[in-house]
Amino acid sequence: MGDMIVRIMGEGQVRLSDSHLPELNKLDDELLAEMEGGDGPGFRRTLTALLAAVRSRGTPLPDDSLEPSDLILPSPDATLEEVQELLSDDGLIPG
Amino acid sequence: MDAGPVLWVLSQVLELESVRRGRAKPMSGVMKRMGMIFRAKANKALDRAEDPRETLDYSYQKQLELLQKVRRGVADVATSRKRLELQLNQLQQQSSKLEDQGRKALALGREDLAREALSRRAALQQQVTDLETQHATLQGEEEKLTLAAQRLQAKVDAFRTKKETIKATYTAAQAQTRIGEAFSGISEEMGDVGLAIQRAEDKTAQLQARAGAIDELLASGALDDQSGMHKDDIQAELDRLSGGTDVELELQRMKAELAGGPSAGQQAIEGGTGQQQSQQQPQDTPRFDKQ
Repeated sequence: MGDMIVRIMGEGQVRLSDSHLPELNKLDDELLAEMEGGDGPGFRRTLTALLAAVRSRGTPLPDDSLEPSDLILPSPDATLEEVQELLSDDGLIPG
Repeated sequence: MDAGPVLWVLSQVLELESVRRGRAKPMSGVMKRMGMIFRAKANKALDRAEDPRETLDYSYQKQLELLQKVRRGVADVATSRKRLELQLNQLQQQSSKLEDQGRKALALGREDLAREALSRRAALQQQVTDLETQHATLQGEEEKLTLAAQRLQAKVDAFRTKKETIKATYTAAQAQTRIGEAFSGISEEMGDVGLAIQRAEDKTAQLQARAGAIDELLASGALDDQSGMHKDDIQAELDRLSGGTDVELELQRMKAELAGGPSAGQQAIEGGTGQQQSQQQPQDTPRFDKQ
């Protein structure tokens, strides 16, 4: 399949082509680096860009869809600290 | 401990042993990690069940509970929003009352009293601005939760249909895959909605604490309420000065008339009528500067 499903927390899910993955991955890596570095303004800027890219490239899934997402993005107003908290207890972040 | 639906969901979001176990390669981005966490949560819940079909009924119960919780959340936020609107109204009325008092005090030659009224009004305006910001926040939360409730309802309905089909059609062993498909989608939604409702609750609780403080201020008379039961000190002083009947203003107008020539008298009369109008039209202030 050349499709993937992305959830934007608090907004819903969209379906978009795998071909956008490199672009999204680049932003996603930046986002993680900014989160780990505690770069609040950078985090906000990249999150906004990532959300905008997903929204503009994707088609919303119907509300009654039960498909799980491949990728999940924080809600637009999520703070760096909130996202850190969501990810920190999981033991995935090295160091 | 019997965790509510949100805690149940959250505890699963944060339960990540299976993530660590199932991790094939390091996850390099935020959205990939979040996706994994949510999937792991769903898998974990599925692993736990003896018969996966039981998971369906259990999950459905949790979904209904969460749906109720979201609806209550919407109602709570709406209540807070209305309370805020009521307070904003009261504060705004109080603010224009202080402005009128300031104008009247100035007309009576009591600049000190006018200054006091206006500085109280400035403090009040600060409160109004704060409350307006909070009001916008609450409106945003209300909208988001309403949409979340709609999405969750649609998914819960779809899940119920799927659940019944699976239970009727498949054996426990066969059901495993089908359940996995239906379950991860809904459990992801539940995790998302669970976090959203918790954030909304936190925000509402903060705002309610502040709203309570403002209610106390209003009730204590520090901000004069609109009941007219107790008059504030500025009003008391104004009443004393004017004998409650604007006698003082009338006297001043007459004095000015007698002291000056016809033109001064004319001015004073204009001033007098200006004063009458200003009761309804607060923007007329400059006319009283000559007092």
